Amino acid sequence: MWKWLHPYAKAERAYQLCNTLLPYFAVIAVVGLLVGWVWGLAYAPADYQQKDSYRIIFIHVPSAIWSMGAYSSMAIAAIIALVWQIRNAELAVISIAPVGAAMTAIALITGAAWGKPMWGAWWVWDARLTSELILLFLYFGVLSLYHAFEDKKSGGRAACILAIVGVVNLPIIHFSVEWWNTLHQGSTITKFDTSAIDPSMLWPLLINIVAFAGVLGVVTLIRLKNEILRCEQHRPWVRELVNRG
Amino acid sequence: MLEIDTVTCTKQDRCLFDSLSFTLHSGQIMQVEGPNGAGKTSLLRIIAGFARADEGQIRYNHTDIREDYDSFAAELLFIGHKTGVNQQLNAYENVQYWLQVHGAKASEEEVYELLAKLGLIGLEDVPVRTLSAGQQRRVALVRLWLNKAKLWILDEPFTALDKKGVALLQTQFQSHLDAGGAILLTTHQDLTAHFAQLQTLTLEYRL
Amino acid sequence: MQTHHSYWLAFKSVYTKDVTLAFRQRAEIVNPLLFFLIVITLFPLAIGPEPALLTRIAPGIIWVAALLSTMLGLDKLFRDDYNDGSLEQLIASPYPLSLSVLAKVAAHWTVSGLPMVLLAPLFALLMNLETQSLNATVLTLLIGTPLLSFIGAIGAGLTVALQKGGILMSLLVLPLYIPVLIFATSAIDTSSMSLAYGGQLAILGAMLAVAIVAAPIAISSALRVSVS
Repeated sequence: MWKWLHPYAKAERAYQLCNTLLPYFAVIAVVGLLVGWVWGLAYAPADYQQKDSYRIIFIHVPSAIWSMGAYSSMAIAAIIALVWQIRNAELAVISIAPVGAAMTAIALITGAAWGKPMWGAWWVWDARLTSELILLFLYFGVLSLYHAFEDKKSGGRAACILAIVGVVNLPIIHFSVEWWNTLHQGSTITKFDTSAIDPSMLWPLLINIVAFAGVLGVVTLIRLKNEILRCEQHRPWVRELVNRG
Repeated sequence: MLEIDTVTCTKQDRCLFDSLSFTLHSGQIMQVEGPNGAGKTSLLRIIAGFARADEGQIRYNHTDIREDYDSFAAELLFIGHKTGVNQQLNAYENVQYWLQVHGAKASEEEVYELLAKLGLIGLEDVPVRTLSAGQQRRVALVRLWLNKAKLWILDEPFTALDKKGVALLQTQFQSHLDAGGAILLTTHQDLTAHFAQLQTLTLEYRL
Repeated sequence: MQTHHSYWLAFKSVYTKDVTLAFRQRAEIVNPLLFFLIVITLFPLAIGPEPALLTRIAPGIIWVAALLSTMLGLDKLFRDDYNDGSLEQLIASPYPLSLSVLAKVAAHWTVSGLPMVLLAPLFALLMNLETQSLNATVLTLLIGTPLLSFIGAIGAGLTVALQKGGILMSLLVLPLYIPVLIFATSAIDTSSMSLAYGGQLAILGAMLAVAIVAAPIAISSALRVSVS
């Protein structure tokens, strides 16, 4: 692990890695979104029950999945940052956090918008929506903790610790909320069940999920590049880069 | 005993010191000098293991202090700007508390005797917050007489002390050095006349 | 001096110091309790005093009030030690920082959680809870409040170096309290229906066991970051 990670502990190498990965993610994001949205929004058949309003799942489900995905990747980066003391991993944590928060916000907003025709209310205390809301709070916690520190080095490490504490708690929170929901049998209509979905809808959904991963990757990498440059602004290699470009 | 190996520290995008290396052997005293903001306190805190250097290593008896920090801490006495004296407790309680969390022991008479020696006679039982700055510092400095540590790291130990207090401290420094200990300190006082073994490290203010 | 013996001594002296200080400034213990009591009083006034309604919402109110009043004492948990340098002295001691942290959390629970447990019968009375629910309330508070102290101390450790850490700390900590809130209130709910609530207590107990092992590590690394 260390041998594999070690080269990327150097800021310059990490920056180069970002540059190498960026085009791949960009292609996945652009092509995926184009194909996924056109297919999903225009060509996939309408649901016999929900008519066209179901089409919001092509945004809601991918953003919900990657809101969790982003948190896990953030926590993995945080563990790497603390265990091997790699500063770039700290920067990665800081780079992912706002993107993950945005994904969570999208999932919440689309969830509410979807809830209106389905449940007749913008907000219903459904287990998954509630979990997403708490996830958003956890993201806000990491972000506001980082920004509260004047010394960004300490802020980064504090954010890493909180991200790890959060990821340990996340399954417990998720489980408790699920359980709370079944206990207070409320207004929820049966959950969206992926296995029962028709292939004509499943394929565009899968493409959108991959595309959202691309978007997550692109925005994170761009942010990470900026963070590395900001951090290393006084190093010769950054000056060289600036002079060249 | 203590090796500082190419240590670099930057604070808020300003490089305080770059690839700093030196060694401190037992029986030696080293004074870190430099203008305000040169990074004296930062250096001391890195060596004590509170802050992390951006690059480089601190070794104590040839092992990185981060590898086994608790054993290093057993050999370390650190007194910083913030002395670690609780304002609500009285002098005696403060000393006893410190001894217990540092795995040391001293009898009641011993502690009272030392407090008297440091001019705190009659003030042992009032909350420390009612004492003057110099007296509060003396409560912290009692530790110099009650520890088994080999390495002393002291940040401005003479602050707020009167002449008598300074002299008392210097005598105790000398006996620590004679016993094979080492001292690393910052101060604006001139110590050359007092210690033959004195080394100085000057940090410059960098932009 | 044997090592085993002195570990205990170090734990004891950190614990005793914090408890002694709290008892010297009794307001620190009394004020959160009064806050707890006043918050609980507000609800019948806001919602109406119907006994059936109160019984229905009592578990939630008692527990939300418990969460909030725990937060009051948490901000002070490491603040004084950070400001006067005692925290540095604890780090630079031959004992693991987790040990001192464990002692401090235990002290925090003694002065904030334990009084709430002891006063629970009074609150249950105010909120029209029956005897079987009273037992559940006491038991959930007994297992749940140490958990609140442990989780909260992580937030306190992370924010101790910040000028205005108090509100930020609540932001960080309250979402993490949600599982405790859910299982504790549901245990009381279940008990009011005369059903077995051992399952919820077991989950709370399991969470406490994990917290005792894992939280001190998280808290000490948070403190090291704050001190650096």
